Amino acid sequence: MENLSLMFAPLFSSKLMIVLVFGTLFGLILGVLPGLGPTTGGALILPFTMTLDPLSAIVLLTAIYCSATYGGAITAVLINTPGTPAAAATCLDGYPLAQKGEAGRALGMATVSSTIGGIFSVIVLVFFAPLLAKLAYEFGQPEYFALAIFGLTMLASIGEGSPIKNLIAGAFGILISTIGKDFMTSIERFTYGINELSEGIGFIPVVVGLFAISEMLTQSTLLNQVFKRVALKAVKLPGILDYKKTWKTILRSSGIGSFIGVLPAEGGTVASLIGYSEAKRWSKNPEEFGKGSVEGIAGAEAANNAATGGAMVPTLALGIPGSATTAVILTGLIIHGVRPGPDLFREQPDFLYGIFGSMLIANILFFIFGFFGAKVFARITLVPNKLLWPMIFAVSVCGTYSLSQSILDVWIMLFFGVIGFFMRRYGFSVVPVIIGLILGELVEGTLRQSLVIFEGNWLLFLTRPIVVTFFVLSLIALIFPLLRKKRT
Amino acid sequence: MNNVQKQKRANKSLPFFFKDEFKVSFIIIFVSLVLLISTFTFDIVPPILNRGIQPATFPKGLLVLIIILTSVVYYLSLKKPWDIKKKLPQSFYLTLLSFMFFIIVSKTLDFFLGISLLSVFVSYCWGERRIIYLLLVSIIFPIIVFIFFETILGLRFPPGIITNIYYQV
Repeated sequence: MENLSLMFAPLFSSKLMIVLVFGTLFGLILGVLPGLGPTTGGALILPFTMTLDPLSAIVLLTAIYCSATYGGAITAVLINTPGTPAAAATCLDGYPLAQKGEAGRALGMATVSSTIGGIFSVIVLVFFAPLLAKLAYEFGQPEYFALAIFGLTMLASIGEGSPIKNLIAGAFGILISTIGKDFMTSIERFTYGINELSEGIGFIPVVVGLFAISEMLTQSTLLNQVFKRVALKAVKLPGILDYKKTWKTILRSSGIGSFIGVLPAEGGTVASLIGYSEAKRWSKNPEEFGKGSVEGIAGAEAANNAATGGAMVPTLALGIPGSATTAVILTGLIIHGVRPGPDLFREQPDFLYGIFGSMLIANILFFIFGFFGAKVFARITLVPNKLLWPMIFAVSVCGTYSLSQSILDVWIMLFFGVIGFFMRRYGFSVVPVIIGLILGELVEGTLRQSLVIFEGNWLLFLTRPIVVTFFVLSLIALIFPLLRKKRT
Repeated sequence: MNNVQKQKRANKSLPFFFKDEFKVSFIIIFVSLVLLISTFTFDIVPPILNRGIQPATFPKGLLVLIIILTSVVYYLSLKKPWDIKKKLPQSFYLTLLSFMFFIIVSKTLDFFLGISLLSVFVSYCWGERRIIYLLLVSIIFPIIVFIFFETILGLRFPPGIITNIYYQV
């Protein structure tokens, strides 16, 4: 109870409130602009957080995460292009409803359901993260290894792409993490005589390359694309009839989104797709879906925003990212000297509950900004790509250079930009690379330390019940998407 | 017959080594094999210092896994070919060229000159013809970014013909 009161501390700190307002507004802009999003935006702003104290830095990143996830809905409804991948399912009903002259109603429903989903997930985070952290006290190296493997196998079900391609991308991410000096023996791997590579490849150059630069290349192939914009007069709050129709859907999707978010590596995109399909399955009017159903909008939006709080659960309690954006937040924590895990809950409750409270406030702030300012934010999409992307390039290059003041990082960023473009072109998601990169050291480190404990006997992994549980879950995580794919 | 159908038919008649499925799988497997061979050149830790496994073992395992999974992807693509991709437009190659241009200019002349030239080049190639906007993206915005990073983050950019003037070297 005492800890819960810490949640409201940001309200009494003018600095944190300024950071929250800025983060929410910046996140909305990122969400609205197709191609950008919370992951790219978080990676780009990470160098700037160095000027802030750890709490303000993470508050900024989480505010961006929450509001950018919602911001994607504005573009989805008005121009039928998801601002973020998590808003893809929102297009299905948001745009048709907007075409019927009800853009305000569609955005109102998206705003309300996103806010409820977001707040619901923060409640889940507040109660579930400390429990998971307590459980993690039981974890030794073998358990962490099994958990990381579970996180990696969950990559198979990211998005709608091929599960095997996702696993290849994840393995590629882990492989990148092995570049540089081996952290246990200091033996150099894949450095080929380049001294700068001894310290390994930084997370930010890879993220900015895979997300921002590859998107710039993608945009260069879409210059002739014409967006059909739907005019927006004002955002309208849903009427009583809409609430009656959608409250169950919003609650269900909030639960689904929070649960999916908690699963390692899964994020808002998967949550919104499942939230949408479940909304359709339970609806009394499934035939309206795809033609402008408010239930469809509510189902997708509540789920993707609920995934934000859910994804923070494993990130803070175990140091395992719940999504690509939380991988960036995890990097932010590490850069600022905060080690996520059970000890964080015991030693720095004020820090943690400050984050929880800030996420709650960010959800309320984007409701206010979204409700009153959606029309203004929608105008941001009018900035032509031919001006926007050169500017993003300048910020990407300087931001990447700034973290370790290494020009090699800029080349690495460009290299991964090209790799990311071709990966996406041929159906390989780039998200598993990020998750693999961040989990790589954990997987290898815990495997090797476990083998030291077990004196090289691999079979001893199977003598630990938590390890076996995670291995079974990993097997299910691998088989399930393959079966689903076969069925569809 | 529409364009996609025509392309599909044309793709069917292509020899296997011209198909995207083969090209992508071949590149991944080839690069993985090269990397796998290079892992045999990693130093070996004496048994007394060895912690669990040799430093080369883990990357070796990953590379073998990538090769196996890629082979599976290729095998599956024989049954269900990938979607036909549109040819990449000229603007893509020009953007890619601008990256190389940026690397050369920032390495030999100046980092910010590289950003400015890339910005104006990309913006022009993507269709911007208004001088004021070209100036905005190529000069005004990079200056704002430079000042921002320089003053707020206290960042020192690499030396070059323009940054040296600013740093009064």
